[in-house]
Amino acid sequence: MKTIQVLGSGCTKCRKTAESIERIAEQLGVEVTVTKEADPQLMMQHGVMTTPAVVIDGRLQHSGSIPHRDEIERWLQS
Amino acid sequence: MLEWFSRLADFLIVEQLGLSRDDRLGGALHFFVEDTSKIFVLLVVMIYLIALARASLRVERVRDYLAGRNRYLGYGLGSAFGAITPFCSCSSIPLFLGFTSAGIPIGITMSFLLTSPLINEVAIVLLASLLGWKFTLVYVVVGMSVGMFGGLFLDSIRAERLLQAFARKAFDNASAPAAVDNIIENSGQNDSLTLSARHRFAMDELTDILSRVWKWVFIGVGVGAALHGFVPEGWIEQHLGDGQWWSVPAAVALGIPLYANATGVIPVMESLITQGLPVGTTLAFCMSTVAASFPEFILLKQVMQWRLLAILFVLLLVSFTLVGWLFNGLSGLGFL
Repeated sequence: MKTIQVLGSGCTKCRKTAESIERIAEQLGVEVTVTKEADPQLMMQHGVMTTPAVVIDGRLQHSGSIPHRDEIERWLQS
Repeated sequence: MLEWFSRLADFLIVEQLGLSRDDRLGGALHFFVEDTSKIFVLLVVMIYLIALARASLRVERVRDYLAGRNRYLGYGLGSAFGAITPFCSCSSIPLFLGFTSAGIPIGITMSFLLTSPLINEVAIVLLASLLGWKFTLVYVVVGMSVGMFGGLFLDSIRAERLLQAFARKAFDNASAPAAVDNIIENSGQNDSLTLSARHRFAMDELTDILSRVWKWVFIGVGVGAALHGFVPEGWIEQHLGDGQWWSVPAAVALGIPLYANATGVIPVMESLITQGLPVGTTLAFCMSTVAASFPEFILLKQVMQWRLLAILFVLLLVSFTLVGWLFNGLSGLGFL
């Protein structure tokens, strides 16, 4: 079970990022909980300066764009 | 090369629809077809090429570069990076905190954030194609100056005292976080990007920017076309022309809370100028709609106290008004 946080101010790109992670996880049969976080202090803690950012099990994996499918698959399968 | 688009509009509107460019509807439609086709072709080409060139420029690197620089050089650099760094306004808050917690003065951060929406590749392409390179140059110089002087002013009143408590604390305990730099290295997004990685970045940028701005092009050109075809010739010049000094601050006060993207505003500028609105008034109105908006102030509330937001509002009001008066004066004297 992976805990995935999508950090961002709630713009369209953040929503799309969360949706595509959920969709790909379902296709791969990987169990995840995806939450969207808009708290600026959390972004600061992770050193995130561009959103959307993706934090998986407490580790920052990505920042600044909607991640590509191959990246998401890599995170979910590792 | 750009007359192709005029010919395309001639073909569609005059030959196919049988309208005349001289009547209202025909004139407005011709303006609409010519401008939208020209804008989209130029945008696709320029966004792709520029993104290809700057694929390795990330805000994290800008931050590391700006941290610890000479203060006065910093305002110029902050503003220059604001103009050239790819950056979406939805990231304003994390960027603000990232700069602040690296110890970069608030003024330099604000130079970056004020210049960023005013100057970007889309705005430059539109300005140069619709209003010419001279106007574009003036626009860039003015936009950067507003960013620099705004930043200088905010530091001179020690704006950091008026941040929200947690942001103030981050500024006081400044240290450079490294988390994002690590992931950049892991994903290969560093200096030596391969051409295919650059192409991928450029295609992402292109689809991202186009999906955000296409509707603004239609809205902007649509409003411009309507002004062009349906506002009686001379009406704007007569009512909002040179003589009325108050029209500049009024235009700015109206423009600041309004939200519009540079893409939508520039075609309207073109139309307003050809209708006889003074250059300075037009510039002031358009810059104030683009630079700040009501939703953006709400976002900034997360890191700034109300007093600082009010100061920022007045600062923008005063600087754009001065810009407007200056350019109305200059064009009155025949400099523009």
